[in-house]
Amino acid sequence: MGLLTFKGGIHPYDGKDLSKEKPIKSIQPKEELVYLTSQHIGAPAKPVVEKGDRVLVGQKIAEAGGFVSAPVHASVSGTVKGIEKRMNVTGGFGDAIVVENDFQYEEVEYAPLKSLEGVEKADIIKRIQEGGVVGMGGAGFPTHVKLSPKEPDKMEYVLVNGAECEPYLTSDYRRMLENPEWVVGGLRCILKLFDNAKGYICIEANKMDCVAKMEELVKNEPRMEVKVLKTKYPQGAERSLIYATTHREVNSSMLPADAGCVVDNIDTVVAVYKAVMEGSPLMQRIVTVTGDAIKDPRNFAVRTGSNYADIIDEAGGFVSQPEKIISGGPMMGFGLYDLNVPVTKTSSALLCLLHDDVAAMPESSCINCGRCVAGCPAHLVPSQLATFSNHYDEEKFLKFDGMECCECGCCSFSCPAKRPLTQSIKSMRRTILANRRKK
Amino acid sequence: MSEMLHVSSSPHIRSKVTTQSLMFMVVIALLPASCFGIYNFGLHALLIIAVTIASCLVTEFVYEYFMHKTITISDGSAVVTGLLLALNMPPSIPWWIPVLGGVFAILIVKQLFGGIGQNIMNPALAGRCFLLISFTGHMTNFAVPAGAFGHVVDTVSGATPLAAVKAGEAVNLTSMFFGNTAGTIGETSVVAILAGAILLVGFEVIDLRVPLTYIGSFAILVVIYGLAVGKGFDMNFLAAQLCGGGLMLGAFFMATDYVTTPITKTGQLAYGVILGLLTWLFRMFGNSAEGVSYAIIFSNLLVPLIERVMRPVAFGKGGKKA
Repeated sequence: MGLLTFKGGIHPYDGKDLSKEKPIKSIQPKEELVYLTSQHIGAPAKPVVEKGDRVLVGQKIAEAGGFVSAPVHASVSGTVKGIEKRMNVTGGFGDAIVVENDFQYEEVEYAPLKSLEGVEKADIIKRIQEGGVVGMGGAGFPTHVKLSPKEPDKMEYVLVNGAECEPYLTSDYRRMLENPEWVVGGLRCILKLFDNAKGYICIEANKMDCVAKMEELVKNEPRMEVKVLKTKYPQGAERSLIYATTHREVNSSMLPADAGCVVDNIDTVVAVYKAVMEGSPLMQRIVTVTGDAIKDPRNFAVRTGSNYADIIDEAGGFVSQPEKIISGGPMMGFGLYDLNVPVTKTSSALLCLLHDDVAAMPESSCINCGRCVAGCPAHLVPSQLATFSNHYDEEKFLKFDGMECCECGCCSFSCPAKRPLTQSIKSMRRTILANRRKK
Repeated sequence: MSEMLHVSSSPHIRSKVTTQSLMFMVVIALLPASCFGIYNFGLHALLIIAVTIASCLVTEFVYEYFMHKTITISDGSAVVTGLLLALNMPPSIPWWIPVLGGVFAILIVKQLFGGIGQNIMNPALAGRCFLLISFTGHMTNFAVPAGAFGHVVDTVSGATPLAAVKAGEAVNLTSMFFGNTAGTIGETSVVAILAGAILLVGFEVIDLRVPLTYIGSFAILVVIYGLAVGKGFDMNFLAAQLCGGGLMLGAFFMATDYVTTPITKTGQLAYGVILGLLTWLFRMFGNSAEGVSYAIIFSNLLVPLIERVMRPVAFGKGGKKA
């Protein structure tokens, strides 16, 4: 039997060996912590503290700004220094609550649950919502919204995404290896919400040690199974994952729920576990600090609000001046021009590269080789879409299904002429989406 | 931060494969056929190969230099065009004819249409067809191989195996497979071409979709036609058709030219079938025993249409509904 997979995709150098062997190291922040109010998709959170207030670890400092939104919690104890504009990873500025760390780490009291027995579904969702849990794979979609589909009884699969197909990233790997019981515990909470669903823990075949650990743990869980996926990028993209495990196709106008699926990333499921069972909010995450420019690449458990530059110091600093620093993985992460940005709920990695492939490889003409078509998991013709988008031909772009692009980057990666295909398509998509919102 | 960091939109990594590396691998894959051609037809074949490649490179350089365009000769595509054109030349051809062909291929077929990636026909084949029409005598005068780097005497010429088959004569299939027969420099040895094809597939330069549908549909048509006209199933005839002429060289090295092949997978299948059909038509009903070159450049012209009609269905927009 072949491994579960999808059609298309690429096999980039994975770079995971740099950081995968070392255990997760917990690190403490410096004096100043910065909590952006927008760490998720949806309305920014509204600050509920003022300058001069003393806050404790786990205290809510901003409340959800709507249903599709999530609260933000302090990860240290200290004093609020103010609410000001701070830079985020994409280079934009957003409101942020700045807290001065008093290094006491005094915690608020949490309300843990002894067991899920007799707990109401609404109560579980409430705990997840109050815990500020959002999708930690990168998009940051509020998890309580995802877990509240119109018809919960029609949900057939809860997919825990442990594919970790982005090169270099090993945070999910370490998490599954070190705390597999939290993953299973979180999945148990989610399955409690969907009576007719099965839970699949989906792991790529390059992490067989995790598969073994998980299989051991789900032995006595009748509703859970471990699914082994072929190692290929973008196996962990939501649509690819749903197709690989259930053979259902989800397009851009559908939600996973339309296919009876709920997909949550490994660390999100862990956050669900902590929020539901321990009552503690999301205020820490694992960040992979890696790349050939880093002296001691490894994974760190970091409090949200910490500064990126401080984490790099913890990893031994730079071997020599990197040419490029990426927040996230190399396929979908953001290039940073300033390290003075805070860790958010969605910061998965800091990748520091000595050499920038993009600048080193000049663009030339398309030779029609078809590598972009072969690699496209959305079954599009990226070279044509990029041309339409360069010509600003919105009509053709839409007709040729440009909106189905998931921006995974496979086409740009595989192009021998080094054309920025994903980038062109992305800018057209953004323009069209912005115009739609205006109407 | 002391120095500036590079910032760009994702993805931030690129595969090692470049246009240049692909062209280089095609040249490597053509080496078995080229070497065999030189061995078979003597050093004049080497001269032809050298001057044709030089002609293509010089033409490209001169045009781009005077048109103030980026010089692209280092991408290797002109070398591939020159080499393919040379391999399509009869071994005893005067050297200036392929030089002219190279100028035509690069200047008219490639550069005037916009350079690499924009040509609507395979430049090497279009160059060959141009020469075939202009210098029919020289282009159809096939020397008998001297073997082991011997000199080809211009006066000793003979029919290609395919022409012999067309005339109803018997041919030696073994020598057709190994290549010591009359023909163009690079087309005679099936075994050398297949060795190159294995390299191409191994280097992941091409996949077998186009070559197999091409050769497959051609073979099926030959068999069906044989049965339909009452000749029965003639294995020797089929084998001679497959090994003879430019079919193998065309199917693996020229029908797979990226620029003039549909970009979509279903399109490539359709393209292969059209190639098989046209080659069969030209070979069975045409005046010449050959048909591959015309079949390929004619099909090249259909590529934009094929690409338009045969698009893949976007994921989630068809097939199994959730």
